[in-house]
Amino acid sequence: MHIIVCIKQVPDTKQVRLDEKTHTLIREGVESIINPYDMYALEEGLRIKDRFGGKVTVCTMGPPQAESSLREAISYGADEAVLLSDRAFAGADTWATSYTLAKGIEKIGPFDLILCGKQAVDGDTAQVGPGIAERLAIPYVTWVRKIEEIGDGLIRVQRLMDDGYDRLETTLPALLTVVKEINEPRVPSLKGKMRAKSQKIGVYGTKELEADPERVGLQGSATQVIKVFPPPRLKEREWIEGTPVEQVGQLLGKLTKLKLII
Amino acid sequence: MTLQTRIDSDKCTGCEACLPVCPFNALEMKEGKASVNDQCTLCGACADECPVEAIFVPVLEKGEGSEEYSGVMIFAEQRLGKISEVAYELLHKGRELADTLKVSLSAALLGKDVSASANRLIENGADRVYVVDHPSLEGFTDELYGECLTRIIRTSRPEIVLAGATSIGRSFIPKVATQIGTGLTADCTDLSIDTEQRLLLQTRPAFGGNIMATIVCPQKRPQMATVRAKVMKKGVVQPGRSGEIIPLEIDWAEMSPKSRLLEIVEEITEKVRLAEADVIVTGGRGLQEEKHFALIRELAEQLDAAVGASRGAVDAGWISYAHQVGQTGKTVAPKLYIAVGVSGAVQHLVGMQSSDTIVAINSDPHAPIFDVASYGMVGDLFEIVPEMIKQLKARMGNN
Amino acid sequence: MNYFLSEEQQMIKEIAQKIADEKIKPVRAELDEKEEFPRDLLKVIAQSDLFGVCIPQEYGGFGGGSFENCLAVEELSRACLGVSTSFAASGLGAYPILLYGNEEQKKTYLPEIASGRKLAAFALTESTAGSDAGGIMTSAELKGNEYVLNGTKQWITNAGEADIYSVIAMTDRNKGARGASAFIVEKGDPGFNFGKKESKMGIRASATGELIFNQCRIPKDRIIAREGMGFIVAMKTFDQSRPGVGAQAVGLAQGALDEAVSFARTRIQFGKPIITFQAVQHMLADMATLTEAARALVYAAARFVDSGAKDFSKASAMAKVFASDAAMKVTTDAVQVLGGTGYMRDYPVEKMMRDAKILQIYEGTNQVQRNIIGQELNKEGGRKK
Repeated sequence: MHIIVCIKQVPDTKQVRLDEKTHTLIREGVESIINPYDMYALEEGLRIKDRFGGKVTVCTMGPPQAESSLREAISYGADEAVLLSDRAFAGADTWATSYTLAKGIEKIGPFDLILCGKQAVDGDTAQVGPGIAERLAIPYVTWVRKIEEIGDGLIRVQRLMDDGYDRLETTLPALLTVVKEINEPRVPSLKGKMRAKSQKIGVYGTKELEADPERVGLQGSATQVIKVFPPPRLKEREWIEGTPVEQVGQLLGKLTKLKLII
Repeated sequence: MTLQTRIDSDKCTGCEACLPVCPFNALEMKEGKASVNDQCTLCGACADECPVEAIFVPVLEKGEGSEEYSGVMIFAEQRLGKISEVAYELLHKGRELADTLKVSLSAALLGKDVSASANRLIENGADRVYVVDHPSLEGFTDELYGECLTRIIRTSRPEIVLAGATSIGRSFIPKVATQIGTGLTADCTDLSIDTEQRLLLQTRPAFGGNIMATIVCPQKRPQMATVRAKVMKKGVVQPGRSGEIIPLEIDWAEMSPKSRLLEIVEEITEKVRLAEADVIVTGGRGLQEEKHFALIRELAEQLDAAVGASRGAVDAGWISYAHQVGQTGKTVAPKLYIAVGVSGAVQHLVGMQSSDTIVAINSDPHAPIFDVASYGMVGDLFEIVPEMIKQLKARMGNN
Repeated sequence: MNYFLSEEQQMIKEIAQKIADEKIKPVRAELDEKEEFPRDLLKVIAQSDLFGVCIPQEYGGFGGGSFENCLAVEELSRACLGVSTSFAASGLGAYPILLYGNEEQKKTYLPEIASGRKLAAFALTESTAGSDAGGIMTSAELKGNEYVLNGTKQWITNAGEADIYSVIAMTDRNKGARGASAFIVEKGDPGFNFGKKESKMGIRASATGELIFNQCRIPKDRIIAREGMGFIVAMKTFDQSRPGVGAQAVGLAQGALDEAVSFARTRIQFGKPIITFQAVQHMLADMATLTEAARALVYAAARFVDSGAKDFSKASAMAKVFASDAAMKVTTDAVQVLGGTGYMRDYPVEKMMRDAKILQIYEGTNQVQRNIIGQELNKEGGRKK
């Protein structure tokens, strides 16, 4: 099995704060991490490799510093890594991103399975995975919470839905986007970390990918951000003070008055 | 054509006023003048700020042939034959957008034995309903749903297509957008029209809900967006409202789907009724340990409430994802929302701040959750919650 | 503080940190409550290669020394001393083979231990012999090509869970401590059984129990070094491992300190977080200072061990005694900072305080450590004359 795992380097959104005055993101001191959902994709890829043999290739599109995320993926056990990086890729929306990743995957070569996290925590769009699959003309299943079986060119999976789950079967090669219920990611190994230090990582730009310059980056993006602003908030708020017994008494009184409780 | 923000270095005074307003860190000072780097998305924030009008942000031209597209279309999601609530929310919003643009509103309905429901969509505001009614659409697969909706869009050429940002919508709409070759904005929480340019202004949270971004799709048509459920309001049903139902024939023989739905399993483990609940009690990291969720469950039981959880609590593995409220979980708007030990990261707030009454219990008076709370209680949740349970039980005893 | 770790040392620390925070912390209370051996966690640790940290590369390890071992142990101990004890005890079981085993023994056992496929244990203590190794009753008698072991070991960490046991037994009772020898016994050897599992005050995730040898026959080439070397093997093993106990103490103290600081920052009394009160600040300051001093001493001792020094008993003993006393004090004070909350099972500090006590007892009580230090001072004083 050759499994390609697409990852994204993202700022740790738990650390991102907004400057109340300028309404801009404070990025100073915010760590870059591998998108947490992608860690489940990587883990699932490694588990499939452990079971069936083969190799796991990780692929990302990003600035040169995204290489550190690929090295991190290697420390977890990925065999090879490819960085799609070019100044022309900057500012890409999901449309241009999935085009570029699809070109990167074509460059990597034949594969059996592509795994992606269900979405990236910085954009939360969940559009790149399906976009890649469509461009490669392969079937995909989103929100996969379990891989039941792989064999005979077929994969059988469970898809998490709002009100339960669906069981589906699809032909290989295919693309899956996974949810966190699918597994519990491992920790990196010492040997993996040592290997990650020295492993060669291929870097491909527009030229190497033979990509259409009109379809990558900001130039190739169908959508455009025209405004950024802080989320609306603030309502009238009333503090309820006193000892816990008093606090609770007051609160229940107020809620009863509002007919919210009996 | 190169799309790039241009700075007139003769005009630029090097005042640096533009630097802090750029949301993307795309501006830097070079030899005393502002300059633009790769991070620029042409958002225009800097141009508005520049006191000497030295910054020019190109405005994207509309694509050729965009006038051929007209009307607003919504995807009317159904599961197991029942039209989803989000479809009615979309119809209401879609109606408003269509009226602003002075165009018609249509709906696309896919499924098995769904034709009978088409009228309900008309009664909720649709002028036209495209229906593909076939047994192979009984369950949801990206391939068949994608294929059908793509055909409907290609035939009817709407300028705007909206779908719910649900498990189904977020799964197959990206496929449709890619097939058609247009842009797609995910998970919008607000939609409006720039009437001058006839552009759909699509607003959504990003960076875990820390910022809101307004996005447009200037050149390609249709403009497509998925819209978060429970954010838009439903409209009033107009019984007897008339409209057109257009059944679409698909040549099923030519379809050779690569994926197959084997089984639909309804929620298995615990029933999480967050979406419908009138009262929700949510626990966060302040609970410190998995076992303390018992307190939340007990309080919820006393209030006949559903149990919610912050992302922190879910990430810590204390409770299943089905309970998660927030940007990456469910959006809820109950009558009463009680947040216990939830600090109120923006990612959580965007998922619950439209609740009618919000009670926040937290030991940190500066916790952001208090910013959206109707009632704030600073204190130790391990003292307050047991006391609440006690007093609620006492009331029950008296009744 | 910056201890100028190498890139490799930093890696070890990071991995152990990740395991501690992501894997151990969520389950530590349950393991403690149920006295459950952390098999799954040890698998995670094995998968991350940490069992091989101080085993030479030619035997499948990472080739680090005592210092590298301390870094791993410290981080794991920050989350749970029971888990770190189970981990460190395997290293303790490996040291006799590593230090005194022949090439054949090293090749057979060390790669298994380094990969974590097999867990090791070290067995010296008996009901009549703890710090006094001369009181060992377990005997080993050479009969043809086999040694026959008889006797019972008690309070053995990893008993029943480990696959490989380094056992000290008497081959010649007349010679006292010099009549002791070290052997490798494998789980499954005929006549080798396990007795009752102890219920303990702390480190309840770790397994502590009896090893029962009843006409237990092992091939004669399982002896480590030669007959009569048992006492030396044991003492050198402890010299080697004691900085590790010190590292356990440092990690535990750090874990308790972190809990105390985070609690004091959020606990509101009289309208203010209690960390703003000087009485609390001073306690935290002393806890932090003690922890850092212990860390500095443990690291110095471990680096001294790794420098190739011949005799490091004193440094090892100092690291163990100072750090474990520090951990006892810091964990006790952490409970105090949390007050009533800290006394409750719902918070981790009461467990940390229960766990801390063993550090002053095992691998040579702190009184015995002071004996070692005192005797060394006497020796050094004599040499100076």
